[in-house]
Amino acid sequence: MSDYRIEGQTGDWEVVIGLEIHAQVISNAKLFSSAPTAFGAAANTQVSLVDAAMPGMLPVINGECVRQAVRTGLALGAEINLYSVFDRKNYFYPDLPPGYQISQFSQPIVGAGKVEIDLESGETVEIGVTRLHLEMDAGKSIHDMRPDATFVDLNRSGVALMEIVSEPDIRSPEEAGAYVRKIRSIVRYIGSCDGNMEEGSLRCDVNVSVRKPGEPLGTRCEIKNVNSVRFVMKALEYESERQVEILEDGGEIAQEPRLFDANQGVTRPMRSKEEAHDYRYFPDPDLLPLKLDADWVEELRVALPELPDAKKHRFMDEFGLGADDAGVLISEKETAEYFEQVAAGRDAKLAANWVTGELFGALNTAGLEISASPVSAEKLGGLVDRVADKTLSRRIAKEVFEIMFESGQDADAIIEERGLKQVSDSGAIDAVVDQIIADNPNKVAEYKGGKDKLIGWFVGQMMKASQGKANPQMANEAMKKKLDG
Amino acid sequence: MAIDKATVLRIAKLARIEVADEATDGLADELNAIMAWVEQLSEVDTEGVEPMTSVVDITPPLRSDTVEAVAPRDDILANAPNAEDGFFVVPKVVE
Amino acid sequence: MSALTDLTIAGARAALEKRECSARELAEAHIAAAEAARHLNAFVAETFDLALGQADASDKRLAAGEGGLLEGMPLAIKDLYCTKGVHSAACSHILDGFKPPYESTVTANLWREGAVMLGKANMDEFAMGSANVTSYYGNVINPWQREGDNKPLVPGGSSGGSAAAVAARIALAATGTDTGGSIRQPAAFCGLVGLKPTYGRCSRWGIIAFASSLDQAGPLTRSVEDAALMLQVMASYDAKDSTSVDVPVPDYAAALSGEVKGLRVGVPAEYRLDGMPEEIEALWRQGIDWYRDAGAEIVDISLPHTKYSLPTYYIVAPAECSSNLARYDGVRYGLREEDSDLTQMYERTRAKGFGAEVQRRIMIGTYVLSAGYYDAYYLKAQKLRTLIARDFQQAWEKVDVVLTPTAPSAAFAIGEKMDDPIAMYLNDVFTVPASMAGLPGISVPAGLSAEGLPLGLQLIGQPFDEARMLNAARFMEIAADFTARPAGASGGAA
Repeated sequence: MSDYRIEGQTGDWEVVIGLEIHAQVISNAKLFSSAPTAFGAAANTQVSLVDAAMPGMLPVINGECVRQAVRTGLALGAEINLYSVFDRKNYFYPDLPPGYQISQFSQPIVGAGKVEIDLESGETVEIGVTRLHLEMDAGKSIHDMRPDATFVDLNRSGVALMEIVSEPDIRSPEEAGAYVRKIRSIVRYIGSCDGNMEEGSLRCDVNVSVRKPGEPLGTRCEIKNVNSVRFVMKALEYESERQVEILEDGGEIAQEPRLFDANQGVTRPMRSKEEAHDYRYFPDPDLLPLKLDADWVEELRVALPELPDAKKHRFMDEFGLGADDAGVLISEKETAEYFEQVAAGRDAKLAANWVTGELFGALNTAGLEISASPVSAEKLGGLVDRVADKTLSRRIAKEVFEIMFESGQDADAIIEERGLKQVSDSGAIDAVVDQIIADNPNKVAEYKGGKDKLIGWFVGQMMKASQGKANPQMANEAMKKKLDG
Repeated sequence: MAIDKATVLRIAKLARIEVADEATDGLADELNAIMAWVEQLSEVDTEGVEPMTSVVDITPPLRSDTVEAVAPRDDILANAPNAEDGFFVVPKVVE
Repeated sequence: MSALTDLTIAGARAALEKRECSARELAEAHIAAAEAARHLNAFVAETFDLALGQADASDKRLAAGEGGLLEGMPLAIKDLYCTKGVHSAACSHILDGFKPPYESTVTANLWREGAVMLGKANMDEFAMGSANVTSYYGNVINPWQREGDNKPLVPGGSSGGSAAAVAARIALAATGTDTGGSIRQPAAFCGLVGLKPTYGRCSRWGIIAFASSLDQAGPLTRSVEDAALMLQVMASYDAKDSTSVDVPVPDYAAALSGEVKGLRVGVPAEYRLDGMPEEIEALWRQGIDWYRDAGAEIVDISLPHTKYSLPTYYIVAPAECSSNLARYDGVRYGLREEDSDLTQMYERTRAKGFGAEVQRRIMIGTYVLSAGYYDAYYLKAQKLRTLIARDFQQAWEKVDVVLTPTAPSAAFAIGEKMDDPIAMYLNDVFTVPASMAGLPGISVPAGLSAEGLPLGLQLIGQPFDEARMLNAARFMEIAADFTARPAGASGGAA
């Protein structure tokens, strides 16, 4: 149980949160038509006759969307309903051409499941998933092209969405953020949704209410269409405070849809004067109930890739990584794959240090995703090899990494080109030792007179003379041998 | 009866059909007559009967995830009462 | 009247084959007849130029020996079918000016086999009606008249324009659609054969939806053989319609032996209604006798939930229509009543665009689906539907076809039954049960009323068993030898 509390004047308040995540299914074509789903096309150029709800047009279910919904359900550890029904949710809106959204109401394709989230405190919390259902997206209404009119683009109309509904098990903004990240990570792992929140392929409706611990649930508000993890958390912080203030002032919470204003950091009620909704759900008579084959579902289950939690535990067991490093490395499928490539046949801890240290730092500074990293896993692996075999000192290796990140060259080419190779040839080292002894007779005398500590000064001179390339350990040994000999 | 004037107005609002005030009484009477007539269904015991979802007992076909040529934008907009710059245009909506 | 307009499809095909006439002559004869019969208001859009172009193309294909099954056959197409670039408005004001950029699957099938479109046939608005008095384009007049009375009669509905056109010999055949009887009842009122196939037999793609779980396309023709030929072409599996059923389309015409010896004909007790006109009862008895005399086995059956079919229909169909007609919102096509407020625009557009009956059904449908009423009405009706379908399933263990009257009366005059919606709904009392169960049905003209108006008998068949049902209909056609013709077909009568 989370101990997150809003401190009010009348005592502590607990926050109760449930999330509805809309995740766009990765598919070529829409849920009920053969129009493309690509993002960013010119208005109304990706619209089939079905998507525009032309008279007499009929929906036909895209099998790939069904497959992805089932895989997602399986990845959420959820029950797959072999019999499910598409319903019509009836309401009027200009970007909803048929006057109803085809969705799943009483018999969704996926039933109850659960996910585990990891918190900063190291605690793991289980969040229940109520259901997942398939539904079609609406088009887009653009309100700012003219003051007196709304413009409607139907390109998104009919794109397949999975609505993933959580139980009201979430108790803090941190948990909410972790939950969204976890769902996003899972759908990206299995490739059912690209998780791109900026383009809206994953967005959240956030339900929140507050109560005194142990009391029954309070009235909730729904914050619609929040499109980043950070905003989910910010919106929750604001909204829960707002509700506590109202309640402590003796007010009541209006059950209403609200929007999060990211600029002001506040939530406000949607301005449309919506009369009470009555969606009049009923089974879509154009679509027959969906029947799935249990063997087919089993095949999908078996074929699922390794999921984030399993991968995390494997990284800990197989590579001896700590929970923190493992957690960071598995959060994105691409990161995990990158890391595994670097770690393959190498010292995994060393590999993890380089990925989470230098690489993440550089990517972060450059504002790049790992998929766009100028240093490939293969090249980073090459650098780690040169560190492991002592060709490079740690300091020089960092320099090499920086050059790699700039130029995209591989480590050996950089070492060769710039002559950065650590000098481990005893003949060469001995020659430098002799030179330094010859050049500094007074220091030699002091050393021999008992000032043992001067060894450090001698080694420093060596590194200087070799421009840092001399293997420090060999330099130390060779110098000592000569001076003591 | 079940359908009073307020109910008529509520249904009309849901259905987005403007009903003149003076028409509501007549409409309520008509709807009530029809509902009274269908009321006879309540005399049938339907305990344990599955509601019909379709008269055809087949598994629905699933379409392959293949993009086909979409209708040209001109076709999509050709019948629109108001279109501009490739968009459908409607009275201003407040969100 | 030219002899060319008296032909059946089968006869016209033979005439074209023997070069007794050309497709162009056939089209021209029908166009002339249509022009002479405009007072019937059968067409809401005439496509005569298109027809002549198609006929010329047919003549070329015929000359090349490449004629299709319906090559050169001039047809009337119900306005509910979307026809590319041609007026397709479901006879509603709300679809003003709509010209679809696509062709319905069924009409595409017809054109592929060489059929010719004379025009779009009048109908009840959105197929809601049983008398063709709800069309935005005005009433259709039945070419039949009562003996000694020239009061205009309704052609039945909703496929009233289709029926009037075929009965008046201004189209060789027509397409209709049947949701609760909209092909069979007008066929009975106009002395025609009207066939509603099994739900799922003809694609619904491109046919403007009224009630999706019930709507089926079908033909209106002047003979059973023509119905078989039309169905042959109209029926197909269509992957674009999820409710289309992938079963082969048999050669329906080949099955028409007219032999019914051993056929088990069911006679349902529940179709004997109180207050049913004696002449309808008598005709039904006559039909039973025909079959019995020909060696068919007459089996008394019970379809206990028959009386609930109509009220069930009047929940299910309005519920579906309230949702299906939500797309007519003034945004993408059709009528729009401008307003600066979106909701006002919607409400004014839909109030002006939909006629009274359509509005009534949308309201009923909205009500029965609304919160608090869904279980009591919609869910209850869907359970009743299961029971109605089950009645038939049990009957099929004992019989091959069911024989009933098609309608409880002959055609009535325009103006009659108009103020009471329920009285109008009762027209479909015999046709709705088969619709609720998704079964094929066919109306065959079987006799005349005392007033000289056609009366039909209905055969209901097993799912996808149209071939056997058509053969039973062919037998009845021979037995009834219905040769009467409407008096009011040519111009000037009204």
